[in-house]
Amino acid sequence: MKPLAALFLREWRLSTRVGGGALMGALFFLIVVTVIPFGVGPDLKLLARIGPAILWIGALLATLLSLDRLFQADRDDGALDLLMMGETPLELVVVVKCLAHWAATGLPLVIAAPFLAVFMNLDPPAIGATVATLLVGTPALTFLGAIGAALTVSLRRGGLLSAILILPLTTPVLIFGVSATTAAVTEPTPFLAPFLILVALVLFSLVVGAIAAAQALRLSAN
Amino acid sequence: MPLIDLANPTRFLGFVGRLVPWLTAVTIVLFAVGLYGAFFLAPDDYQQGATVKIMFIHVPCAWLSMFVYATMAASSLGTLVWRHPLADVSMKAAAPIGAVFTFVCLATGSLWGKPMWGTWWVWDARLTSVLVLFIMYLGLIALWQTIEDPIRGAKAVAVLTLVGAINLPIIKFSVDWWNTLHQPAAVFRLGGPTIDISMLWPLLVTALAATCLFVTLQLLAMKNEIKRRRLRTLRLIEASRPHAVAGTPVVGAAS
Amino acid sequence: MMLPSLGPHAGFILAAYAVFLVAVIGVVVWIVLDGRQLSRQLAELEARGIRRRGSDKKPDAVP
Repeated sequence: MKPLAALFLREWRLSTRVGGGALMGALFFLIVVTVIPFGVGPDLKLLARIGPAILWIGALLATLLSLDRLFQADRDDGALDLLMMGETPLELVVVVKCLAHWAATGLPLVIAAPFLAVFMNLDPPAIGATVATLLVGTPALTFLGAIGAALTVSLRRGGLLSAILILPLTTPVLIFGVSATTAAVTEPTPFLAPFLILVALVLFSLVVGAIAAAQALRLSAN
Repeated sequence: MPLIDLANPTRFLGFVGRLVPWLTAVTIVLFAVGLYGAFFLAPDDYQQGATVKIMFIHVPCAWLSMFVYATMAASSLGTLVWRHPLADVSMKAAAPIGAVFTFVCLATGSLWGKPMWGTWWVWDARLTSVLVLFIMYLGLIALWQTIEDPIRGAKAVAVLTLVGAINLPIIKFSVDWWNTLHQPAAVFRLGGPTIDISMLWPLLVTALAATCLFVTLQLLAMKNEIKRRRLRTLRLIEASRPHAVAGTPVVGAAS
Repeated sequence: MMLPSLGPHAGFILAAYAVFLVAVIGVVVWIVLDGRQLSRQLAELEARGIRRRGSDKKPDAVP
């Protein structure tokens, strides 16, 4: 457990210090959510209806676009080779890196979400549901995005390509995240069923993301 | 000839050369029989009239969109587990063909939807899943185009193809869920479970014909891909040679 | 023989078959032209005396 904790601390420190870009994701999220009313108009009723979806899409884009440096910085300075040669399985390394990345960039999104939800004219229950689904669901986006980051690690400009590759895979997370949120607001539909499926998706993407990203990193190394 | 011999790309090329004329003939005959049955023997649908004729290409293309992805997923296993070069070649050859058939499936579905539903596009569960599949094909092609070294590229694409294959059922399931939430109650069902035998047999024949068409195209595209790799190898050899050899005949070409 | 009547939506049916035909012909033409170009380039290189080591071995074992 000790090397993993050390790795987590290292990743956390690297991404929160100057130049780490941890808060860029939250800033991007703020801007996306601010721009959408300019597109759809300031109708508060409409915004309240599509608000959870806007927050989810904003979080999705912010997560995916912040992932391009997840493995690339380590590859550039050689740390990735050391991590691969270490005794800790690469899959666990990937999981820990994702968790640290999520703590540094995903968690600020979740914390910013209730404030942005006020802009979207959401009711308190809807705000609660949005924050809950984002808190549970954004790690899934990070784990899936890690696959894209690992596949494009050797490319100089992999950021956009990685988003193209991963966005189709994130549809289930988006669907169940938004479904759970809207289910919490509209009366007859149950909240728990889509929410539990969302939780299942997170666990599933943890496994798939860790295995696939580790495999992609190994293949790109030799 | 034992099957294992085909694993050698040179023998594979010879095999393709002998097989393709036969496959082409079978494809044409099957299409002729299937479409004859579709247009002259199968009755019009009592609800949809003659537009049901679109089904005889729409459904085979939908079948191929999945079959080609399954072929690519199987080839990915060949790349990752057995590291076989022909599996790489098969993966790369299949991606554009699959994308084209998926596009035709979407386009014919749209042309069928306009007279039946009144719009070109409905966010119906099936159409939406196929659209996501189409985007995944394009993503795979984009990844092929970005990585220069074909061997390294094949490994990256293989990982992504397998991840996609694992995710596709989940995407399908979630789109179905999403669709039942949002779709108004009166959903028009394509085809439906009850289909008359006079319509079913031409459909099966055209589906078989489309599969033969894909196999033919796939073999030809694999042949091209093998040639492309040989060309790449030769160019690398040429580039690494000392100038002494290149001196004599190339002078004219360089001027 | 006569084509059966395609009803009021004949345009859509014909358009769907046209899309299919154009797509298939497009793929076939692309594959054939691509194959010819590759064969020509391979022949050019071989005419210049560039050969793979052990010509009938695995072509994909890039050095």
